[in-house]
Amino acid sequence: MDPAVERLKTGFEKFKTEVYDQKPDLFEPLKAHQSPKYMVFACADSRVCPSVTLGLEPGEAFTVRNIAAMVPCYCKNKHTGVGSAIEYAVCALKVEFIVVIGHSRCGGIKALLNLKDGADDTFHFVEDWVRIGYPARKKVKDECSEMPFEEQCGVLEKEAVNVSLQNLSTYPFVKEAVANGTLKLVGGHYDFVSGKFDTWAL
Amino acid sequence: PSIHPSHLFPFPFRRPPFDSMDAAVERLKTGFEKFKTEVYDKKPDFFEPLKAGQAPKYMVFACADSRVCPSVTLGLEPGEAFTIRNIANMVPSYCKNKYAGVGSAIEYAVCALKVEVIVVIGHSRCGGIKALLSLKDGADDSFHFVEDWVRIGFPAKKKVQTECASMPFDDQCTVLEKEAVNVSLQNLLTYPFVKEGVSNGTLKLVGGHYDF
Repeated sequence: MDPAVERLKTGFEKFKTEVYDQKPDLFEPLKAHQSPKYMVFACADSRVCPSVTLGLEPGEAFTVRNIAAMVPCYCKNKHTGVGSAIEYAVCALKVEFIVVIGHSRCGGIKALLNLKDGADDTFHFVEDWVRIGYPARKKVKDECSEMPFEEQCGVLEKEAVNVSLQNLSTYPFVKEAVANGTLKLVGGHYDFVSGKFDTWAL
Repeated sequence: PSIHPSHLFPFPFRRPPFDSMDAAVERLKTGFEKFKTEVYDKKPDFFEPLKAGQAPKYMVFACADSRVCPSVTLGLEPGEAFTIRNIANMVPSYCKNKYAGVGSAIEYAVCALKVEVIVVIGHSRCGGIKALLSLKDGADDSFHFVEDWVRIGFPAKKKVQTECASMPFDDQCTVLEKEAVNVSLQNLLTYPFVKEGVSNGTLKLVGGHYDF
């Protein structure tokens, strides 16, 4: 068997014997359905899985991962991937919290900061995607122009989370649930360089 | 639409709600502290190199379902797998207009990170797959987005309805969970950088299914 596939099967066996088989009280009810309290947006970066960094157990968090943990504005044409996940989480699963978590040394954020106004895109997709965070980039360029690039990235990682939190409210079902008090929006940032995790509300 | 088809998601069981925002945030912070003290602080040789960069071998597509995080079910460690999660772990065909989210992730994984393997993993009792199988031809969509998204898997639905017509609905869902993975694997090849990597032998595509 291909060693890459072997590694996945071995990993599963370990989970099965050490976790799944040991905790029937946790796993049995989950067979029937899920009722997670959280929806989490995290980056696809291999270093920042929120189940790992926050110890989220099976059943706790409906989780979307994409480049730079971005939430675009409501758009039926361009953003059905994120839209469908938010819709399902809020309307079907009735999650109570949506948490958007950025992180240190984010390649997507770095790409956003590196965008050259007026220049052609070098990627098929990447620049177009990270441009979702453009209002945050503008803010950082205006307010942090004296900072070194890396520090500007650090600020942008958090400002982009704020843009995503604001974009969440362009989804009518999110806006309604927030107004009703049944849904709250939380921003977060995982810094794996200094070993910190921050949270905030807008 | 504010009314959603309730037959798709009956929820007789609900966890007790958090008392407050504070309790919900507290749980995340506590979870992080545990990770920090029991894992992060104990393995500096592991985490130090990761501060500078990542070189994951895998790109993984998994469902957003709270029960199927691949880091948990497959024991993937930090740095191993660049991971995308969406409803029903779908990979749509290349389209700059409609699918920049998935496209950018594949592009970054293959061209920048140079992953060696892309794994698409479906799972049992998938709500997105159930929604796909439940689609009524010609009927209006009842969601803003969900039907439109799961329709990515339409070729698989057609195949299952044709070949498994006499199976009970639940059994059809199980077949569809795997056939939809096959559609996603085929759609991966519509990305020129994926097609090239596969032809060169530098990239492999693997399907998976987690039955909990």
